[in-house]
Amino acid sequence: MQVPESLRYATSHEWVSVTDGIATIGVTDHAQAELTDVVYLELPTPGKQVKAGDAVAVIESVKAANDIYTPVSGEVVEFNPNLETDPSAVNQAPYTDGWMFRIRLSDPGEIDKLLTPAEYQSQIS
Amino acid sequence: MPETLHESTPLLETPLAGEHRRLGARMAPFAGWDMPLQYEGMIAEHHAVRQGLGVFDISHMGQLMVDGAGAGEWLNGLLSNDLSSLAVGQGQYSLMLNPQGGIIDDLILYRLGDTEWFLIVNASRKTTDFAWLEAHLPEDGSIRLDDVTSGRAGLAIQGPGLVAAWERIAPGVALPERNGILQGTWGRTELRVCRTGYTGEDGCEVFCPSAGAEDLLRAVLAAGATPCGLGARDTLRLEKGYALYGADLDARHTPLEAGLGAFVKLGKSAFVGQARLLAQKAEGVPTKLVALRCDSKGPPPRAHCLVYRPGNDEPIGELTSGGFSPSLGIGIGLAYLPMECSAPETSLEVGIRGRRHPVTVVRKPFY
Repeated sequence: MQVPESLRYATSHEWVSVTDGIATIGVTDHAQAELTDVVYLELPTPGKQVKAGDAVAVIESVKAANDIYTPVSGEVVEFNPNLETDPSAVNQAPYTDGWMFRIRLSDPGEIDKLLTPAEYQSQIS
Repeated sequence: MPETLHESTPLLETPLAGEHRRLGARMAPFAGWDMPLQYEGMIAEHHAVRQGLGVFDISHMGQLMVDGAGAGEWLNGLLSNDLSSLAVGQGQYSLMLNPQGGIIDDLILYRLGDTEWFLIVNASRKTTDFAWLEAHLPEDGSIRLDDVTSGRAGLAIQGPGLVAAWERIAPGVALPERNGILQGTWGRTELRVCRTGYTGEDGCEVFCPSAGAEDLLRAVLAAGATPCGLGARDTLRLEKGYALYGADLDARHTPLEAGLGAFVKLGKSAFVGQARLLAQKAEGVPTKLVALRCDSKGPPPRAHCLVYRPGNDEPIGELTSGGFSPSLGIGIGLAYLPMECSAPETSLEVGIRGRRHPVTVVRKPFY
């Protein structure tokens, strides 16, 4: 399972990358494999204020519905519109085309509390 | 009694467990067995069966033998379909009912010989079925009932590529006609080849002693079949509107309510549940298992989602099965609904996470 060095991770299997105070969030390679084939997503609406740990999205796989938690607090600024037509991008490219939503960080210090790649790797091994 | 397993109960492994590990299957518990949920992925496996050929391990399914003078007449008194017309080598889908007409199990039976019958029953119901049959055996010992599941294996080979692949899998072993069974020898392995399945495609189910199962699976894979797990088995059967025991079928619903009237022969000789079904037919069934198809893309409906009339907050039923149809790209489901809501093209709604989604009653199969 891939665990890119450039990202930070939540114990609930989301990844976070930060550019200019905006966090991009998706689910990890490990998570997509556990989820099985993704067929539908409910993603948060831009403008929504969220707190770290909130269930903000739902991933529907062939088998079941799963909540997705935001690892960081702030305002939702964007979601990935391509997932509406191609939800399988979450399986095929979880760290790139499969990104889910972006949040303007209200507390950038939250990033430091997330797991490092090594810590996440040991969680899933 | 609910069929829950204690956590300490070890899962049963099929004779193909080693092959599943070698193929990288993701395993999941099912009816007390450790079974492949998927290999590469459910959607790819689903399409492989619709367009080519897939193979499923069905060794968990119960294999029962009934033999003895009068065995056919005895079984016919415990099953809803009429087996009296079956010749040796023929089979049929049938239902075992309780006296209230509720479904104990759905099964397929084959006539192997004049007095010899082979029953394939649900894994989750095998113990119950066996006990029910055993309790009804004639006291004179004239009929023998055996559970031969342990020590045997089963493969479902399903898809339009079956006939072409079969010549490479088992040259010289004949494929039976639809719903038929033929016995053959494959190397040193005795095969029972049955032309049935649970996917809606052409296919066969092959049963054999455990010792030959790995070699048989390898031959099927070498002929180009895709290994498929229970995930794809469920999406394939749901698209065809096939009911699943424990989800869509149970002891609280009769086959008439489940839309399985074609497998109930009310005019045959007496059978358990017959009186109740005759009465229900006369008075009319209160509910019917109907097929619901989502009107647009959205979250797939799941079992236990509630069904509503538009503009009415009183639920009229709940889904017994539901999910995403890979072939249609849309959500589908089954639900017992009042007769007045069961006509095709009726517009209804399904509640998913607090929101109503429009669905339409459609004829089975969905696909």
